Amino acid sequence: MSDISKPKDKARRKFMLKAGVAAGAAAIAPGVFLTMPAPAQAKPANQPVTSSKRWGILVDANKCGDGCNACVTACEKQNGWGAANPSEETHSRPEQKAQWIRKVTIRDKATQHVTTLPMMCQHCETPPCADVCPTGASFKRADGIVLVDKHICIGCRYCMMACPYKARSFIHEDLKNQKPWAPRGKGTVEACTLCVDLVDEGNIPACVDACNSTKGGALTFGDLYDENSEISRELKTYGGKEIRADLGLNTGVRYRGI
Amino acid sequence: MSQTRLLRALFALMISVLLALPLAATADEDDGEKEALPFSDLVVSLPEQRYSKETGCVLPESEMRRNHMKHILHQRDETMHEGIRTRQFSLEECINCHAEKDEQGQYIRVEDKRHFCATCHTYASVNIDCFECHSDIPVRKSKLHTLRSSLDPRPSSEHIADNLASGETLQLLTNEDEAQ
Ligand code: HEC
Ligand code: HEC
Ligand code: HEC
Repeated sequence: MSDISKPKDKARRKFMLKAGVAAGAAAIAPGVFLTMPAPAQAKPANQPVTSSKRWGILVDANKCGDGCNACVTACEKQNGWGAANPSEETHSRPEQKAQWIRKVTIRDKATQHVTTLPMMCQHCETPPCADVCPTGASFKRADGIVLVDKHICIGCRYCMMACPYKARSFIHEDLKNQKPWAPRGKGTVEACTLCVDLVDEGNIPACVDACNSTKGGALTFGDLYDENSEISRELKTYGGKEIRADLGLNTGVRYRGI
Repeated sequence: MSQTRLLRALFALMISVLLALPLAATADEDDGEKEALPFSDLVVSLPEQRYSKETGCVLPESEMRRNHMKHILHQRDETMHEGIRTRQFSLEECINCHAEKDEQGQYIRVEDKRHFCATCHTYASVNIDCFECHSDIPVRKSKLHTLRSSLDPRPSSEHIADNLASGETLQLLTNEDEAQ
């Protein structure tokens, strides 16, 4: 905003504000974090992401509430899938439903101890989905976020088979009323994007935001390469496990209390 | 008359006929008007008359008519793979400005050929699948103003940042806001 102090810019901003209101007359209220100004450390919008960052989430399963579904609901609402998109209901079977994030419950047979945790794309450093993708649609961004470029996805679903976490789903239906920031459509594979549109603007993923406002606070989001970030400090002090560490995928999502 | 001169005359005649043919054809098509934009004979809706002539599109109209696809497809790849989130060529912003309402006050959907992105495409039999995934109507407020710094400083661009809204437009917009 180099020329923000110029008076002509002020007039323009006023105009654009009005323009925005006029154009978005039917705007629905998005999550609060959307209307917040982007924090100062957000990268400039015209700069590409770089490998100097690696985004990750730390899940503390001890704090994750049994029966709490806040992260899933928030994801549905933010990205317009599942219960948040009625056009998804019609033909497909329950196992075919969209699933960007799900709650998994584990019961220890010996102690009867119940652990619940959210399961989603683990944003692997060496993602098997990208390895098997015949078109290059499954890829890892420089900052570690694993995505599907739906523009080149042909819907072959090899990636769904390759993913050890069952983190991906396929859209079987014609959809309507998708969110502009989370376009989705029939014939393509989808998964957790780590709310890439929010992260690019310096905000945190919807699931983390929602979890933090419950009493649990089981999710920490941040840059794994920044040794001063909360997530790095937590991981350094208390550690965090990869699920299926034996596969050596070096996941960006880590768990504690499992 | 020598044979060579006769041949040369014949040749010259043939050349001139050949040259004149396309000229005649263009004269027919042009109807006297020079440098008409593509689709000049098609009625394309103005974005709800919200903008005065000075505000215009994100690039000059002539450029947008011819090359809008290049800009959005380029933007698509940059956003998807590199996380570049400038708003100048964002598909969401095209919709934010160009969406229109019908007589009932409902936004016109893209299946309707009155939808801005369907006007020319129907006419020219262009099929795009973008709106199977992307929203064809505005959902949230435009971010063009908040991410102002992000407007791409391409040398050729003459984007809206440099075009000021006239007092008249501001007045128009204010009135519209109050009406809603
Ligand atoms: C199968 C679904 C799908 C289809 C079809 C599709 N897109 Fe996308 N598009 C996406 C997704 C997913 C994103 C990423 C959104 C994000 O990260 O914010 C995206 C992002 C974009 C972006 C950057 C974000 C924005 O709003 O500016 C542009 C531009 C874009 N697409 C253009 C197109 C165009 C043009 C077409 C048609 C030729 C198209 N897309 C068809 C799914 C789709
Ligand atoms: C700030 C509002 C705004 C945005 C954003 C915007 N446009 Fe426009 N667009 C206009 C206006 C106003 C015109 C009419 C131009 C004129 O009359 O000079 C126009 C004209 C056009 C035209 C020429 C059609 C005609 O009637 O001549 C095309 C094509 C076009 N826009 C495509 C796009 C695309 C594609 C995008 C997204 C990259 C986009 N516009 C974004 C305001 C906008
Ligand atoms: C002024 C008329 C006009 C308007 C308005 C218009 N388009 Fe186009 N568009 C065309 C024409 C003509 C083509 C085909 C060009 C070609 O094939 O060479 C095209 C092609 C495209 C393509 C490339 C298709 C492909 O398969 O290569 C995309 C994407 C596109 N338009 C998007 C849009 C969007 C989005 C809008 C609404 C914001 C829009 N267009 C509005 C005339 C228009």
